[in-house]
Order: sequence, then structure tokens, then C-alpha cells
Amino acid sequence: MKANQILRSITPVLSPLFAISSALLVGAGLIALAGVNPIAAYSVLFREALANYYGFGTTLTKTAPLLLTSLGVFVALKAGQFNIGGEGQIYMGGLGSVLVGLYVHGLPALIHVPLALLSGFLFGAIWGLIPGYLKAIRGINEVITTLLLNYIALNLINYLVSNPLIEPGAPSPYSPTIATSAQLPIILPQTQTHAGILIGFAATIVLWIVFQRLPLGYQIEAVGQNPIAARYAGISVERTIMLVMATAGGLAGLAGAGEVTGLKYRLFDQFSPGYGFDAIAIAFLSRGNLVGVVMTSLFFGALRSGANVMQRSAGVPVTVVYAIQGLAVLFIAIGLALEKRFAIRQSSVITSG
Amino acid sequence: MRDGETAYLRLEGITKRFGNFVANDSINLKVNAGSIHGLLGENGAGKTTLMNILCGLYQPEAGQIYLHDRAVQITSPKVAIAQGIGMIHQHFMLVPQLTVIENIILGSPLTLRLNLKQKSREILVMSERYGLSIDPLAKVGDLPVGTQQRVEILKALYRQAKVLILDEPTAVLTPPEVQGFFKVLRQLAAANHTILFISHKLDEILSLCDHITVLRRGRVVGTTIAHNSTRQDLARLMVGRDVLFHLEKAAQSSDHIVLEVQNLQVRDDRHLNAVQNVSFTLKAGEILGVAGVDGNGQRELADAIAGLRPATAGELILNGQLITRWTMQQRIKRLKIGYIPEDRQKMGLILRFSIARNLILKGFQQLPFCRNGWLQRGAIAHHATQAIQSFDIRATSGKLRVSQLSGGNQQKVVLARELSGDPSLIVAMQPTRGLDVGATEYVQQALLTERQRGAAILYISTELEEIMMMSDRIAVLYEGRFVAILDAATATVEQLGLLMAGSPAGRLSP
Amino acid sequence: MSDSAAFLSDYLAASLRLSVPLAFAALGGLFSERSGVLNIGLEGMLLTGAFVSAATVFYTGSVWVAILAALIVGGLVGLLHAYLCVTLRVDQLVSGLAINLSAAGLTAFLSRLVFNSKTSQPLQGLDAIAIPGLSQIPIVGSLFFNQDPLVYLLLLLVPLITYLLFKTSLGLTLRAVGEYPRAAETAGVSVLFVRYLSVMLSGCLASLGGAYLVLVHVKFFMEDISAGKGFIALAALIFGRWHPISTVLACVLFGATEALQLRIQAFGLNIPYQFLVMLPYVIALFALIGLAGKSTPPAALGIPYVKESLDD
Repeated sequence: MKANQILRSITPVLSPLFAISSALLVGAGLIALAGVNPIAAYSVLFREALANYYGFGTTLTKTAPLLLTSLGVFVALKAGQFNIGGEGQIYMGGLGSVLVGLYVHGLPALIHVPLALLSGFLFGAIWGLIPGYLKAIRGINEVITTLLLNYIALNLINYLVSNPLIEPGAPSPYSPTIATSAQLPIILPQTQTHAGILIGFAATIVLWIVFQRLPLGYQIEAVGQNPIAARYAGISVERTIMLVMATAGGLAGLAGAGEVTGLKYRLFDQFSPGYGFDAIAIAFLSRGNLVGVVMTSLFFGALRSGANVMQRSAGVPVTVVYAIQGLAVLFIAIGLALEKRFAIRQSSVITSG
Repeated sequence: MRDGETAYLRLEGITKRFGNFVANDSINLKVNAGSIHGLLGENGAGKTTLMNILCGLYQPEAGQIYLHDRAVQITSPKVAIAQGIGMIHQHFMLVPQLTVIENIILGSPLTLRLNLKQKSREILVMSERYGLSIDPLAKVGDLPVGTQQRVEILKALYRQAKVLILDEPTAVLTPPEVQGFFKVLRQLAAANHTILFISHKLDEILSLCDHITVLRRGRVVGTTIAHNSTRQDLARLMVGRDVLFHLEKAAQSSDHIVLEVQNLQVRDDRHLNAVQNVSFTLKAGEILGVAGVDGNGQRELADAIAGLRPATAGELILNGQLITRWTMQQRIKRLKIGYIPEDRQKMGLILRFSIARNLILKGFQQLPFCRNGWLQRGAIAHHATQAIQSFDIRATSGKLRVSQLSGGNQQKVVLARELSGDPSLIVAMQPTRGLDVGATEYVQQALLTERQRGAAILYISTELEEIMMMSDRIAVLYEGRFVAILDAATATVEQLGLLMAGSPAGRLSP
Repeated sequence: MSDSAAFLSDYLAASLRLSVPLAFAALGGLFSERSGVLNIGLEGMLLTGAFVSAATVFYTGSVWVAILAALIVGGLVGLLHAYLCVTLRVDQLVSGLAINLSAAGLTAFLSRLVFNSKTSQPLQGLDAIAIPGLSQIPIVGSLFFNQDPLVYLLLLLVPLITYLLFKTSLGLTLRAVGEYPRAAETAGVSVLFVRYLSVMLSGCLASLGGAYLVLVHVKFFMEDISAGKGFIALAALIFGRWHPISTVLACVLFGATEALQLRIQAFGLNIPYQFLVMLPYVIALFALIGLAGKSTPPAALGIPYVKESLDD
């Protein structure tokens, strides 16, 4: 009985740990394939990402957009929606903030920065609301629409930074620098770590409150678990889905806005190295748990942060990290399925009559 | 005809478990060739599980099946078909998107040419031989249920089935259709087909079968010869105690009209009129039963009153207030309507939520569960504890997931939610579907208590006996219209049966 | 006059070239989804096929071995998807996404190892084979009868799959499994087997689309070369209502839109190329919107089949 209870209390982390370690194991094989000692490569990677001041700063910098975007995927998943459009929403958010950063002048930073972030949130929210509307009202599967919208957003940004928004005389497509008053402050001196990570933590806390204490969180979960029963209880499933998708897009938009206002200070073509897709992996690995989202985002941030150094010093291509992330999702899917089977075998009808 | 004592199908010690739950506990059964054998048992007694074992869908943990005294292993539906076992499932195993002929030949050996024309000629010949006329090229989804059942039987016969197993086959038929269907079955038995007829309806089993085996909680509790048995005997065997065929209802008289429905018209999901020109009044302390075969507009009627579906014409007046255009949200906030939907698992509950969280599904934005925008965990937990007590929900705590409860206890959770706050109107849609007798009685008593309190109740069911037991008045719904509203005290089963089938004859008698 | 004829035949050829990978992937999706298994992993399967064929041709120099390798590995990815969806009953969207993410990561990493810095030199490709006589017909001749074997295969597959689906017992079984698996099971069909087979076939076909992309179209491999083609194929499948002929026609539509971007630039029209690149995605999106509610997927699509369960 006791052992059973212990087992039950650790199962939620069992599958993600299994998934991540299996993925790292396969990753080790890949590194060996590249002719490098995996242990050496991993130790370079994690020492750089976690035990080095500057490297840890980079980890936090990379974690910020990952955390915000995966919170977006997380929120959507809570309502049963697959938001695969994080990447496009990041770009739209970047656009929203750069417009405020470029064209609004004469504001104190205390107003200008939040305004830029808000604009990023809104642009992202619109990009999330479109598939949300199409799903809720027209019944079109959100997976394909969010995917297609990614490509549309990417090309739209490419056009904008190549034409109307391009910095005069720029050698490659990027916009001019945004006003200093619209730039997020650096929080760790001597690093690039900007306040974006704090926004991510704040958003996590807000979501925690929503899902633990507010009727809205209850409503979202009800819609996610059984939309028909929710409808029979008088909950507007359509409105909930639209709200959730807009929020998801907004959070990803915030991630994009953070990149522009905290790190790049300009809008670049292809400024996101696929954070939107990593976010999907993070959200699945965290299996509906906000602490899990934070931890997994940090882990993925560390992978990305350390991978560059690993490439430079050990000669392992950075892309090994993408393989590890993708495989982690594969293994979590397997892990969860096996866990479910085990659970079904354990419990069955408890009561009768 | 063959000697009646030859056992064509014999089961010995069949046992099947799902987790810790024993669905079939060493079942012994003998079915004679050319006979109709009834398998009686209430919901959850293990009838369907046994069927699925016979047709190869499930594998038993123990026991042996004999066909003609030859031990057989039915490892897959394919084997069952090869052994001449044909199964007519409660939920038809027909693909609605395919045609009749495609459904019938599905699963036959691989060919590179289907040759539908020739096959449909074969089917036509066969269908005429058995008096089961059919259009082989019609799409199954477009056919009425009675015809679909014919396709199911033809499908089994096409595969040369010698044993036919029918699982609750009359659930979808009107009483006159049932008579026609029984004739076909007797004809098949006369042609030396062996028939196993599964039902929980005493009268049908008694009138159709030669022998009857009764199942209770997964075990055989008795086998009898039909013409030596009475309703009471069988019922006692089936339930394990005496059963009430009549419910005691105190007389209720009130002139307060709770619900008035005028010329209501509602459309279904395909935008066709599913409810047309329905008018009635419902008084405090009254139960209006709505009888009818499934799919005659019951769901749309209930949904419209609850506010889930808009009325395209007509008026709804609740306690003197015109509520036709009120949204569901408005109705929940400002009115007290209890709605017990037809499928508790799909529509009534969120299975992965706890009991406590299911209980606030409608009231989570209101006091006492929500104060100043914050959920009140204490109030929610307290409410669950109270509901578990007052509705006798067999659960150790409100934190238990609803998916872990039995069907009866799940329905009690729905009742606890929908009956809380003393609703003046209750819409109960098939509230006892799939429940065993104990739980059924509980649900019925709970609703009668509400009636006593003065609630007006719309009781919608496809089970005629249940309607007659519960109602003060009975409305018959046929093709979206109320074809009659009768006094329950004087209405007869025959009369209601005819009305349900759309025959005007029922309307003439008193 | 002859100028515009040359332009037309050139445009049509480009349209066809761009439609072929889509069509292979979409036909793959058709098998999987007709059997009731969602396949959002088409993108990853296509990408895998592209990489495997590129790597094989790089090492062996044989185009045919490359195609064979793509078929085998594609089938294995299909097997993985089938194992996840059918046996483990993982959410089919999650399984597809996992395949996409893994394929993207693995091919990106392995391509660096395999091709190192030699990506600039083109790979050996598949040559066109002109069919004598027929290829002389103006426009149509060069379009359909002076093509590589994979195009011929595709042209053959479309009627073949249509026949298979609607006129053979195998097709009937496949359709029944996708609509109502339990009915098929009780009729003696192994739902498991049909789904495994269909999803593996799906992987083979999508992978072949990737092989075409590398061996015929671009003749080199780069990261993310699939660029959402698998998703467009999925949209084409919905747009074509899960019917082989109309699905392939939808692919041709998307391919023709993509071909437009190169031609319009040649015309010197003042449309920024990003909008032209965007066009297929926009059209796919609007196709989905326009078709909402009118295109009904197989009824059991996305629902795992549980053989022994208490609730029917």
C-alpha cells in the first residue's frame, strides 16, 4: 500500500524523466556518430549552460521565449486545443512590438516598454484568434490552420523587413533599431539576460492562479475535458476556445516581443530559431503541470545555450539538440501511453450499486 | 424438425474479467438446435460480454464453448463466422456510409473485383426467400432502423449462420414492428436456425422464447422453460428480490402551471424540423411522460426547453415568464431548471473531474462556489460531502474521479447537481438508461420525491413500462409531433404502442 | 505566339514538378486517414524520404537504391506511427507531431554529418525517359510523356488507387475500418492489420514524395527542405474529400500556385515574392475555410480502436 502510494506520487515525473533520458541517450549515440565522446560533449554543454555565469545568462535568455510560448501551447492544451502556431505568433508579436518601438516616440520607458509588449501580445493574440475563431465557429481543425498561419506569418515578416520596414542601407533584411525607451532592461549585468524571463515567470504565476483559483480556469479545463458536457452545463464552448487561442497567441506574441525589445532591438527576418516548435515539445513533456513547463523550458534553454559552445569546442553540430528535443516528444508519447495502460490495469470499477 | 433435446450450442464455465471486475463468472448454458433461447438479465448482468465472447470479440479467461458437442476456440470474429455464428448487436454493426450490399459482403475473402451487381442479385433472391425485402444499393445510413436490422439479419444469413445471437434487438423497434420481427425469428427457428435472444424485457422473452436462462451479476441464476414461468418468478431471479411493477405515487393536485409550451418548433443538427407544433402545459407536482421511439425529436425537445437549441417558432413560458429567447447561460443564472441529459458520460459529466468538481459544473460562477471572482475551495468540498451523503453516492471522498464510479453512482452525481436548489422544472431524458434495477429505483424515487415537493417533471423515455409507471399524463411523440396526450391511469400499452408507430388507430380508443 | 506557348508548357511543367511531392504525400495521407488514422506526420515522412534518398545516392551513386531506401525507411516511419497510434493508442496528433519534430531534428543533424560542406555540388538525379511518339505531342507530350519514372508511377497510381479503393474488397475493407472499425471487426476484418498496413503504405508514399523532391526537383538536400509540403498535402486531402482523384487535383492546384511565383517574377509584375511564396499556404487556408462542414472525414478518424472494452 505504502509502496503503491510512493509510486503514485512519483509517476507524474516518471514519464518525462524517462523521455528526456532516453532522448539524451539517443543523442549520445548521435554525438558518437559525429566522432565525439558523448560524455565529454554533454559535460561541456551542461557546464557551459548551467555552471558558467555568462552561459547561465544565455540559458535564461533562451528560456524566456521558450517559457512564454510553451505557456501558450499549455493554455490551449488545457482547453483541448493544439496550438501548433507558436512560431507564427512569435513573429507577429515581434512585429507588434517593433512597430511601437519604431513609430511611437517621446514616451518614458515605464510606459513605452509595456506598450510595446502589449502591442506584441495583441498581434500574437490576433494570430491565435484566427484559428480559434475558425475552430470554434466554423469547425476547422486548428492544427492545420495554425500550421499554415506559421508560413504566412514568416513570409509576411520577411516581406516587411525587406521592404517597408528595412533599415536604409542594410546589407540583409532587418528593421532599424527601436527607441531606447522601448528596450527591456538587462537583469544580469555583463550578459544578454533581459527582463523577458521575469515576464515569463510572472505569466506562469498568473496562469497558476487562473487554473487553481479562478472560475475561468475551471471553465477552460471543463471545455478541454468534455466540451459536450460543458455545453450542456451552459458554458459557451465557442467563446472559451476563442479566448484560449487568443491568449495562447498572445503569450507567444509576448515571447516575440521580448526577443525584439530585450535582445535584438530590431526585427529580423527569421529571428526565432524554432522556439514555437520547441514549445510544443515542452508543453507535452510537462503534461499539464506549470512547474513542469518552467523546468522543461529551462532544460531546453540550457540545451540551446550549451549547444553553441559544444559545437565550437567539441565540433558537434548544434542540430543534435533539435534531434534530442524531437525524440523527447516521441518518447514522452510512448511513456504516457505505457503509463496509461499500467493505470488501467491497476484500477477498474471501484464502486458498485 | 430435429429432436428438441440436441444441444447445438453449449457453454461450460465461461469466465471473463475486466481488471478486478468479473463480467462473466463460470457461465454454463445449453441451447437446443432449432429453438429460441432467451438470455435474461438486467443491465450490467454480463449478457453483452457473453455475446462478445461468442462472436470472437473477447477471449474468455476460462471455460469452453461447444458447437454440436465439438469444442471450438472462437479466437476472432472471423472464426465465429466460419463456425456459423451470426451476431446481431444492440448497436448495429453496419457502416452507415456504405451501401447495403457493401455491408453484407464486408469481410468476405479478398477479391480484386467486387462485382456488386451480381452479388446484389444474390442478396435480392435471399431477402425474398426470408421475407426480408431490401434495396441492396441503398446507403445504410439513409435507411430507417427497422430496415437496418433486416440488413443485419441478412448479413448473418449471407454468411450461412446457423446460430443467431441477438442482443437487445427490439430496443429500436416500435411495438407493432416487434411483432413482425418475432414472426421472422420464429420462421428462422422453424428452418432449424438456433437463436439466442438477449433481453432485459420480461414480456418479450416470455412470449418469444422456448427456454430462458437468467443472469445476475455475471452468473447464471437459473434456467427455466418459458411456458412454466411467470413474470414475477423471472423478475425475482433476475434481480434477486421482489420487484415492484408499480410505484406508489401520492395524489398531487396543483393548479400552478410551471411550464407552458406553445407551438414549439425545433430543428436538428441537419437543419430539419425535428420538433413541430408541440404544445402542452405542465403543472407543479406533475410528471408528463413523453413516449416514443428513439429519434422522433426527444433530444431536440429537451434541448430546446433547457436552452441548448433555439426554438425556430413557438413560445416557452416558465412560471409566467416568456423565456423562448433566453440563452442557456441566462436560464442557468436566473431560472432553476434541472436537466438530466440522456447520456451521463458524454453530456452529463466530466469523467476526469472529481465528484466535487462535477457538482459545480453549472454553478461554478455563482455563490457559494465563487465569491468575488474567486473559487471557494472550502464551499466546493463541503458541498460534495453533503451531496455524497444525501444522495447516497458510494464514494469515500469528493476528490474521487467520477470515472471511477459505477453507472448508478455517476447518475447520482448528475442528480445531485441537477436537483440541487429545488428546481421548479426538471427535464429528465432517459434517466435510467443502462442502470441496474437498484439504481433505477433510486433515480425514480428521487424524481418522485421532487414531484412531491412540487416540481414539474418532463420524463422522456423510450421504455414504455417506465413511462407508464412514472407519469401522471403521457404524451406520445411521433415524427416530432405530439400525436396524443393521454391520462396515464387509463392509457394501455397497446394503445401507446400503436401511437408510437404513428398509427392513428390508437387515438380512437378512450 | 510560340513564346507564349513555350511559356505555357514551361509553366505547366513547373506546376507538375511542384505538385508531384504533394501528390505522393497526399495519397499516402489518404491511405492512413481512410483507415482512420490521422497522419499529421506526413511532413516528417516526406522529409525523411528526402534525406534518406539524398544520403543513399550520395554514398552509392545509385538513384534506384536511393528510391528503394526511401521506400523502406518511409515504411518504417509509418510502422512507428502505426505502433504509436494503433497499438499504444497515443493521441494521433501527438504521434504525428513527434514524428515531425524527430524527423526535423534527426535529418538536420545527420545531413551535417553526411554532406558536411559538400552540399554545393548537386546530387545525381533521376533522368527523364521520353516515351517514343507520345512525347512529340505539343505541350501535353513534353508534360506527361517526357518525364522521370516517378511521375509515370504517380500517373499510374491515381487510377490504380481509385480502383483499389472503390472496386476491390481490400478497398471496401479499408473504408469500413475508417468509418466504423468495430463493424469491420465483427465482420471478420482485422482492424489492427488494416491500419498497420495503411499507415505503413502512407509512410512509403510520403517518403517517395520526398525522394522525388531531392532526386528530380532540387538535386540536393538541406534542412527543412519539406517546408510544410506535408501540411499542404494534408490540406489537399481535406480539399479533395479523401478521394484520390480530387485530392491529386487539389495538389496540382497548390503546385500550380507555387509555380506561379517563379513565372510572375519573370513577367516583371510588381508583386513582392514573399506574397507569392505565401500563396499556396493562403490558398490552402481558404480552401479549408470554404470547405468547412462540406467535407466529412472518415467517421473514425483520430479515434483509437480498443478491441476489448466494456463500453461498446
